[in-house]
Amino acid sequence: MARIQLRDIAHSYRPDPNRPEDYALRPLDLVWEDGGAYALLGPSGSGKSTLLNILSGLVRPSSGQLLFDGVEVTDRNTRERNIAQVFQFPVIYDTMTVFGNLAFPLRNRGVPRGVIRERVEKVAAILDLSNELGRRASGLTADAKQRISMGRGLVRTDVAAILFDEPLTVIDPALKWQLRRKLKQIHNELKVTLIYVTHDQTEALTFADHVVVMENGEVLQQGSPQELFEHPAHVFVGDFIGSPGMNLLPCILQDHVALVGGQPVTLSAHALDAHPNGALILGIRPEFIELADPGEAAQVTVTVTDIEPLGGHQLIRGRLGEHEIAIKALPEILVQIGETLPVWLPHAWIRLYSDGRLVN
Amino acid sequence: MSFVLNRVESVLQSQRILHPIDLILQPGSITTLLGPIRAGKTSLMRLMAGLDKPTAGRIIDNGQDVTSLDVRRRSVSMVYQQFINYPNFTVYENIVSPLVVSRRLDRKERDRRVSEIAERLGLTKLLKRLPAELSGGQQQRCALARAMVKESRLLLLDEPLVNLDYKLREDLRAEMKSLFRGSDRIVVYATTEPQEAMMLGGQTCVMREGHKLQDGAALDVYRQPADLQTAALISDPAMNFLPGSIAPATGGRGISLDGGGVLPLPADLEGLPDGRYTFGLHAAHLRLGRNDDATALPVVIELAEINGSATLLHGRHHDRPLLMQMTGIYEAAIGASAVLAFDPINLYAFDARGSLARAPRFTTMLPSQVPVGEVRHGAHSAA
Amino acid sequence: MKPIKQSAWLLVLPVMVVLSFSAIIPLMTVVNYSVQDILGPSRHVFVGSEWFSDTLQDPELQKALLRQLVFSSCVLLIEIPLGLSLALVMPTRGAASSAALVLLGLPLLIPWNVVGTIWQIFGRADVGLGGYFMNSILHINYNYALNPRDAWCTLLLLDVWHWTPLVVLLCYAGLRSIPDAFYQAAAVDGASSWAVFRHVQLPKLRGVLTIAILLRFMDSFVIYTEPFVLTGGGPGDSTTFLSEFLTKLAIGQFDVGPAAAFSLIYFLIILLFSWLFYTVLSAQGRAEGPV
Repeated sequence: MARIQLRDIAHSYRPDPNRPEDYALRPLDLVWEDGGAYALLGPSGSGKSTLLNILSGLVRPSSGQLLFDGVEVTDRNTRERNIAQVFQFPVIYDTMTVFGNLAFPLRNRGVPRGVIRERVEKVAAILDLSNELGRRASGLTADAKQRISMGRGLVRTDVAAILFDEPLTVIDPALKWQLRRKLKQIHNELKVTLIYVTHDQTEALTFADHVVVMENGEVLQQGSPQELFEHPAHVFVGDFIGSPGMNLLPCILQDHVALVGGQPVTLSAHALDAHPNGALILGIRPEFIELADPGEAAQVTVTVTDIEPLGGHQLIRGRLGEHEIAIKALPEILVQIGETLPVWLPHAWIRLYSDGRLVN
Repeated sequence: MSFVLNRVESVLQSQRILHPIDLILQPGSITTLLGPIRAGKTSLMRLMAGLDKPTAGRIIDNGQDVTSLDVRRRSVSMVYQQFINYPNFTVYENIVSPLVVSRRLDRKERDRRVSEIAERLGLTKLLKRLPAELSGGQQQRCALARAMVKESRLLLLDEPLVNLDYKLREDLRAEMKSLFRGSDRIVVYATTEPQEAMMLGGQTCVMREGHKLQDGAALDVYRQPADLQTAALISDPAMNFLPGSIAPATGGRGISLDGGGVLPLPADLEGLPDGRYTFGLHAAHLRLGRNDDATALPVVIELAEINGSATLLHGRHHDRPLLMQMTGIYEAAIGASAVLAFDPINLYAFDARGSLARAPRFTTMLPSQVPVGEVRHGAHSAA
Repeated sequence: MKPIKQSAWLLVLPVMVVLSFSAIIPLMTVVNYSVQDILGPSRHVFVGSEWFSDTLQDPELQKALLRQLVFSSCVLLIEIPLGLSLALVMPTRGAASSAALVLLGLPLLIPWNVVGTIWQIFGRADVGLGGYFMNSILHINYNYALNPRDAWCTLLLLDVWHWTPLVVLLCYAGLRSIPDAFYQAAAVDGASSWAVFRHVQLPKLRGVLTIAILLRFMDSFVIYTEPFVLTGGGPGDSTTFLSEFLTKLAIGQFDVGPAAAFSLIYFLIILLFSWLFYTVLSAQGRAEGPV
């Protein structure tokens, strides 16, 4: 296992990049500690696959250095890097048994037979594959095949990290949570460095202690799931994390209040100190908006345009001035389309963004 | 004016695909077919479209028997899971193709229709592109536009969003609801996700293994599921089931749950006779409790699934899975112990055959009446 | 999940009609000939299985059959490994790959008799480049018209030149369809090139190789035009293969009955071998799981 360091790594698929848009991956500095569980989260085209390929050695970055435990590996190929990878679709060796598949990376490296048997049996026990060792791998279900792919990384004692590339794509939705649980268990037990690439927030947030959110080749935020939820560093993160995402309301800062759609919203003194007057974006999550009783005086009023009953809660969609806003509420609260709702935006949960980035 | 399925059933190569199904679809309505894979949703849609003939039963459209009418002679359009467009046609040509085939409209009218629908689906700037140059979401918008431009009587959508990333899915789902509003066509939408059925509103028909379990307004089915199977399928996360019985206890009758715990009988369940029941509880009605709570359910945590703004806690209580949903982000170690609790007024009771015996009465309240400690907003911090 | 429509049989009808005229009726005619001795117009005698037993005991035919088996085995033993190796080393992208594909395609475009003629001239000791090269530069006494060994070598070389590209193209297409993830996984697992070939490429090519073997076997087993043009079956009868033998029997000597019986035996042999190859290869495939 290793500490992974990305030093000013950037990549462009063009020969002579000069504008920022030319980069599939803009210059970034990151350190991933040994034994951590990390996720790279972003939509397609965000650069997360490029970053993964740089880690695995499939792509050589245009500039910068990659270090495993302080040793530069930028120019080493996949084989020399000691990383393991689990792909989107199960990759197994059809002609071999489950045992053969798990033993393959060790046999290729000339490990003695006794050691191979011991390692394979240990890993098979962790992955619940002990009873399948004698079976042909090609006959197994997709989730068992993905466990085998994972096992081929785990049998080796020398891997720096195991990379996962959307590994649950072909797994039956009802079984996904069990494989997620397996992954977390393995991480807890073996303390291997795991790096998980996905576009799905549930996958990333459930799996990782640290989530790296990427968009347009840029790392927008790295943090714990709670930090991403409560303190999104960028409007994109606010929108991308959460279902639905954060409400992002253009506002004008003026004399201790933020004017949102013409209605004043008071801010904490701290927020006001931090930023002078001007045009900003006010962000608040649908979960944090508080409803007041009808007729009661509140901070702002929202005109209800649609109600989505979702069982455990309801989603109220409305307009605050000319801006759309979503509010999550208990299903028992009676709301009607067209109604004007008095609403509080608690200042503890208000985030202000300038040029897309968090300012308070 | 309605579209009626009258005891239609389907048997293929001596395998039963659909058991007799009755369903009435009204113009201007959305009906979701909700069920897991192999529930028969696609098979039922194929019967509606006229792609297959039912083995028995009749399909009556507007008073006319169309059971054996070929698909070409019906007014129907369909959208599939896969993004199906003509790869060598531009977006414009793709959208206009059903109108060109039907030859009923002149060029000007066709253009007008295409630009109208393209505008509504945000495709106006992409009309000259080829499908291969579009993102997944745009490709499915294009397929949707092609299905909608025809203004067919029946619009069938077979899990149209399943292959999209979740953010695109959220956006397109919200758009679709407004897209269908105010037209007098019959929209049928197949999905495996209860949230989708609830959100689109309208009628839902819950299916499983070729059976229709229940149909009705989506929210009514959610609040009054006819049996255990329907209750499990219509709720996301799935409903928790706790076996137990209603029996006399000290100080009146009570509920005794298998594996411990005697609770006072909530008012809504008082009319039920003594006996064995399975009690149902929505994941959102579980909360973190203490050992001395009357309804304490000790669990071992199996996983905390975090979906961005809510946490779904998978727990195990006496070898029985329990799901608890909380607003906000909570991290919990696998294997840790916790105590869950609930308010008995939220319990559903299903009888020994699995049919709904009693559902908790749904009462509305004002924001100020939300009990303290209940999730009014997610502002409380992690446990 | 689509129900079977009975009307679909109507669509198959035209094919059945064409097939019956092109295959079934001629075959029945052959069956008819094989059990009769035709002495003249409307004069024929039923002879039962006599032609069959006669034909099977014919030492000339037995020799031709042996020759044919040796030839087909050589063709398979050379062309399949050679084709596979070429496919493995072929460039996969860029202009070089297109050029290689075009070059490989060229021999496949040339008709059989032209191929025969090309090699007939090429191999001649007096005017052919190949023959001249062998005799005058390498000083090897080479003459396919006189020496059976030379005739065989020339024929094999001709077939390899003509048909190996087909094997290459099939394998090349098969190799391209293997997802990159498999190579990447093998690299991650530290597999040598041989291990990649043995555990990734070869298993994934099984289907394609089965087809290549079947095609090359059936084609080489009925080879006619090339030896006919190149050597006319000689020198002696050293390159008289089964179809050549059959032609001599049916057209040269007009022994229609024995020729018909032999045709049927020939047909059954091909059927038997093809079935053997197919079952052996696909049974192995089943044992090793789906490709």
